[in-house]
Amino acid sequence: MAVLSFVEIADGKIKKASVEAAYYGSKVAESLGTESVAVVLGTADAATLATLGEVGVKKVLHANDARFNNFDSKLYTKLIAEAATTAGAKVIVASFNPNGKLVSSRLSVRLKAGYVPGAVELPVFTGNELVVKKNVYSGKAAAHYKVATDVKIISVNPNSLSPVRTAGATAAVEAFAPSVADSDFTIVVKSVDKITGTIPLTEAELVVSAGRGLKGPENWGMIEELAKEMGAATACSRPVSDVDWRPHHEHVGQTGLTIRPNLYIAIGISGAIQHLAGVNGSKVIVVINTDSEAPFFKAADYGIVGDAFQVVPKLIEEYKKFKAAH
Amino acid sequence: MKILVPIAKVPDTTSRIAFIDNNTKFNPDGVTFIMNPTDEWYAVVRAIELKEKQGGEVVVIHIGLADSDSVIRKALALGADRAIRVDADPTDAYFVAAQIAAQAKEGAFDLIITGKETIDYNSFEVGGMIAELLDWPAVAQVSKLEIENGVATLKREVEGGTETVEVKLPMVVGAEKDMAIARIPNMKGIMSAKGKPVAVVPATDDVKLTVIANYALPDKAKQIKYISPDNVGELVRLLHEEAKVI
Ligand SMILES: Cc1cc2nc3c(=O)[nH]c(=O)nc-3n(C[C@H](O)[C@H](O)[C@H](O)COP(=O)(O)OP(=O)(O)OC[C@H]3O[C@@H](n4cnc5c(N)ncnc54)[C@H](O)[C@@H]3O)c2cc1C
Ligand SMILES: Nc1ncnc2c1ncn2[C@@H]1O[C@H](COP(=O)(O)O)[C@@H](O)[C@H]1O
Repeated sequence: MAVLSFVEIADGKIKKASVEAAYYGSKVAESLGTESVAVVLGTADAATLATLGEVGVKKVLHANDARFNNFDSKLYTKLIAEAATTAGAKVIVASFNPNGKLVSSRLSVRLKAGYVPGAVELPVFTGNELVVKKNVYSGKAAAHYKVATDVKIISVNPNSLSPVRTAGATAAVEAFAPSVADSDFTIVVKSVDKITGTIPLTEAELVVSAGRGLKGPENWGMIEELAKEMGAATACSRPVSDVDWRPHHEHVGQTGLTIRPNLYIAIGISGAIQHLAGVNGSKVIVVINTDSEAPFFKAADYGIVGDAFQVVPKLIEEYKKFKAAH
Repeated sequence: MKILVPIAKVPDTTSRIAFIDNNTKFNPDGVTFIMNPTDEWYAVVRAIELKEKQGGEVVVIHIGLADSDSVIRKALALGADRAIRVDADPTDAYFVAAQIAAQAKEGAFDLIITGKETIDYNSFEVGGMIAELLDWPAVAQVSKLEIENGVATLKREVEGGTETVEVKLPMVVGAEKDMAIARIPNMKGIMSAKGKPVAVVPATDDVKLTVIANYALPDKAKQIKYISPDNVGELVRLLHEEAKVI
């Protein structure tokens, strides 16, 4: 028996969301008294994979094959299902990120395994039954899912738990050679367009976001500076990207990206429900707004009622001081 | 080309969320239900655009009870040719996907376009499940979809950018923003929707893989701490020492 986590590599590194999934898998394995195993598809450096030991993974099944470098949901589902059989996995864990969501739902069908999408806590087992919490209604409520199928699948909401690392612990990396046919490959990647030099919003732990309160695109200099100082990604409200003050990929909310960073700083954003739907899973929310009645304050942990044009430069200043001292 | 678009019914985002029966059921009292936004704005509209360009048929499918009629009529008013409603309570994603896959097999569709995720369960489960049930390729988070000679060219979101990929039909596509520009039904559409066929069929099976044991509302409203705009250093201190996020 084992718990298998699906771990993804991007630019030679283990994705942050995958480290969380692997840690989650290890915690589940611990509570079941079984082994934590990870599966990695595509080329990767064995030394990098061995570091999964730090989050409790004992063994990594590595299909070190360049043909698996591009995500292909049909192919990956077949490969992970085979890894699950090899490892004797009773629980499969993935990240609730684009690829993790898609393979988890496919695996659910393939293995007739009950699947909980976007768990925010560790599961509780009673006999063969598992109960785990996930957010629903755009974060306005939670639901406890119950799964009693033989194999169970969980995808973990990014930033739901902070992995505790055992420095220096290593996982055994084993070659995994699944059987594939040409017909298993269904996707041809024609081109890749990476936004370079910035932190991808969905992976970011810290996000600085601004809205119409900034008055115009020429005022984003201070937002970018603050983000750069903090090592944060930048985001914006929808009206701001609609009028092209900011690029579309920065738009968060019901119609844009859903993000759950550790810290979301909202500057000059009113906090309409459609905006909140994309960000209210954030661990800590800071709101800076001139209007003390702005609805965003109801969803905030910290608030400053003040003018962004005065507060943000001060915040940059204070953050620099903080960085210098720590 | 025959396109199938699964549409979900969800509470409007501005709805007050409450539960009944010991927190085991959503309380629909006073809630306005709408078509799931990404289904309406992107999946349905893109399917209609593709049909307008290259001919074929757009069929919408919904798993739900009779009170979903307005959602189905809206899709027809936007330009879908006909609808299928599987008359059952959509309580489990696998169950929903199995109904859609069964209808897709029967109708010999070339393409299925789902929404990105429903705004109530926020999952994106159904699309992947349909694809696996049919043994089709699937691509999610798709912001551009073109079809030519039986091959789809899609732009998919990946962490930190986008990828353009090609896939042979039939396939399942999960639609997200930018795939189409939302439309509003016009008078002609609304009138013609009344005459379009809606087939009501029973569920083919009743297999469910998950159960929602109960729901919970957040413990209490967040306790906000206000910091004076003249003391911004205090915010940095609190974020470090109290919230521990920096
Ligand atoms: C179906 C639908 C879907 C939508 N989807 C989204 C979505 O995905 N994402 C999204 O963001 N929106 C979405 N919206 C729009 C949403 O309803 C709001 O209109 C939008 O979020 C408002 O953006 P904003 O807060 O930037 O602008 P505003 O509402 O104009 O707010 C600007 C804020 O800035 C403050 N301000 C002004 N000057 C200053 C200053 N000097 N310093 C500090 N603060 C200042 C003001 O007090 C105000 O609170 C959607 C709407 C609909 C109907
Ligand atoms: N009851 C339903 N009837 C038809 N389609 C649905 C239903 N529920 C979900 N879908 C489709 O599946 C997509 C993803 O939903 P979900 O997996 O619930 O997040 C939606 O955007 C719809 O296209």
